[in-house]
Amino acid sequence: MKNEFKIIADLIEKDKKVLDVGCADGTLMKYLKDNKNINIRGLEISKNKVQECIAKGLTVIEGNAEKDLKQFPDKSFDYVVLSQTLQAFLNPELVLNELLRVGKKAIVTIPNFGFWKVRFHLLFKGTMPITKALPDEWYSTPNLHMCTIKDFVYFVKSRDIKIFKSLALNNLNSSLINENNLGIKNLFSDLGIFLIEK
Amino acid sequence: MNIDKNIKTLIVKKPLKLDCGKTIKDFPIAYETYGSLNSKKDNAILVFHALTGDQFVTGLNPITKKDGWWSYAVGPGKAIDTNKYFVICSNVIGGCMGSYGPSHKDPDNNKVFGINFPVITINDIVNAQYNLLEYFGIDKLFSIAGGSMGGMQVLQFISNFPEKSKTVIPIATTSNHSAQNIALNELGRQAITADSNWKDGNYSLSNTSPGKGLAVARMAAHITYLSKKGLQEKFGRKLQEREDLKFGFDADFQIESYLRYQGSVFVDRFDANSYLYITRAMDYFDLTKQFKGNLSDAFKNTKAKFFIISFTSDWLYPTQENKDIVIALNSIGADVGFVEIKSDKGHDSFLLDVPDFLNALKNFLDKSYIEN
Repeated sequence: MKNEFKIIADLIEKDKKVLDVGCADGTLMKYLKDNKNINIRGLEISKNKVQECIAKGLTVIEGNAEKDLKQFPDKSFDYVVLSQTLQAFLNPELVLNELLRVGKKAIVTIPNFGFWKVRFHLLFKGTMPITKALPDEWYSTPNLHMCTIKDFVYFVKSRDIKIFKSLALNNLNSSLINENNLGIKNLFSDLGIFLIEK
Repeated sequence: MNIDKNIKTLIVKKPLKLDCGKTIKDFPIAYETYGSLNSKKDNAILVFHALTGDQFVTGLNPITKKDGWWSYAVGPGKAIDTNKYFVICSNVIGGCMGSYGPSHKDPDNNKVFGINFPVITINDIVNAQYNLLEYFGIDKLFSIAGGSMGGMQVLQFISNFPEKSKTVIPIATTSNHSAQNIALNELGRQAITADSNWKDGNYSLSNTSPGKGLAVARMAAHITYLSKKGLQEKFGRKLQEREDLKFGFDADFQIESYLRYQGSVFVDRFDANSYLYITRAMDYFDLTKQFKGNLSDAFKNTKAKFFIISFTSDWLYPTQENKDIVIALNSIGADVGFVEIKSDKGHDSFLLDVPDFLNALKNFLDKSYIEN
């Protein structure tokens, strides 16, 4: 399982109720269910991925986060997880608000466009950056609204969203982000992980 | 109808009060079982059939000599694996495969009921079938499953008996019959009652039944079970055993011939009055109304795990109507999974060889059974 998922799992206490939005093949869900006795649900748009989740014995709803989160009552999950998908929505702010409405807390991870490799790629090659976290060409990427760790932090602050914990991930190393190191972390991390609440 | 030695029947002694106000008692429920009930009695699956189905789910139907209606899904090693699970299915009351219906005799006057049989509802149908659990000594089913009208029974059953099944699988169904579906059913009923042989329902099954009307009803309904794309791909404008158009009203096109055939074989196995009664039961089905406009209330007392399945090309019970059930369940925090299966085979997809559907069904059941 990838490091990102281990960090997300560490943020969640045992026996909680969790919704994984964009749960893909259910790897994180299965881990949470088996290791932390989590009452876990998933929402996934891809039919093939939904089938993979069913084959793992996971409860998944085929649907679109931009339309289908509204059926869940307020604060009906202890945590709602959104892994590296926020940038792919037409309206990320709407989805973020829905995550925070449905979940008591939300865990959001973003591929960091401020990562030095991304900056270097654009600066020296002059073409759209392709990295491990951003593997697609400009014409085939699902990403519509890329942001940096700094952008995300500024955004949630401006919306009165409380950040409980911010983590920066670079390869296998994770570290805390705070006000003082934000610029550095924004440069040296390819992924940001945020535990937030509204 | 003929009581055949191949038909197993449970006589329900207990009176059953129907939604129409009448009470029936000492009535037969024809059923069939597949696989075997284990010693813990925790491997039973109650399967509900659709409008024209019967208790013969899989294998050879001993009456029609054709494959059971859900042979693709049910059987040894299949999605609903009869090596593992004990499958029970019964003919709905109002039906014509041995359960109490309009072709039975009215005990009060010893005459065939015809349309004097009480109008039954999906609620009456599942209340009657509940007797099978007591008969087999099953305290809790492992699952209930069914498509189309079978799915309506699934929803009604878990609403009436919230603790009686661990898992719940409504397929290609709805929580309330749409205006379009009522209209299509009415078309079928009008075809039957317009047949001069119908005689206000007092026809003799063995001599002159309203076969033409019933065949037209079946033909119209059959179109609704398919998709435009599926029809186009299978038949297109292909001609039936001829080089060119004949400038007449014989079946020039393969699709015409196919529909005529579907109509004619249906008449041999189905009773026109049963068609009236069962379509009526579907039309009356409105679980939302039963719970005063709040569908979620139908499920608030159950802890069962739901798995809802729809098909992309089903325009009779479209995905949105299935999703409405998902939404009602999610709004009360129920354990519900949902998948829309891609298929060009229309509403009939749940009866056909659609691997994504069959795999999902199998995986859901088998994984849930392990956790059982």
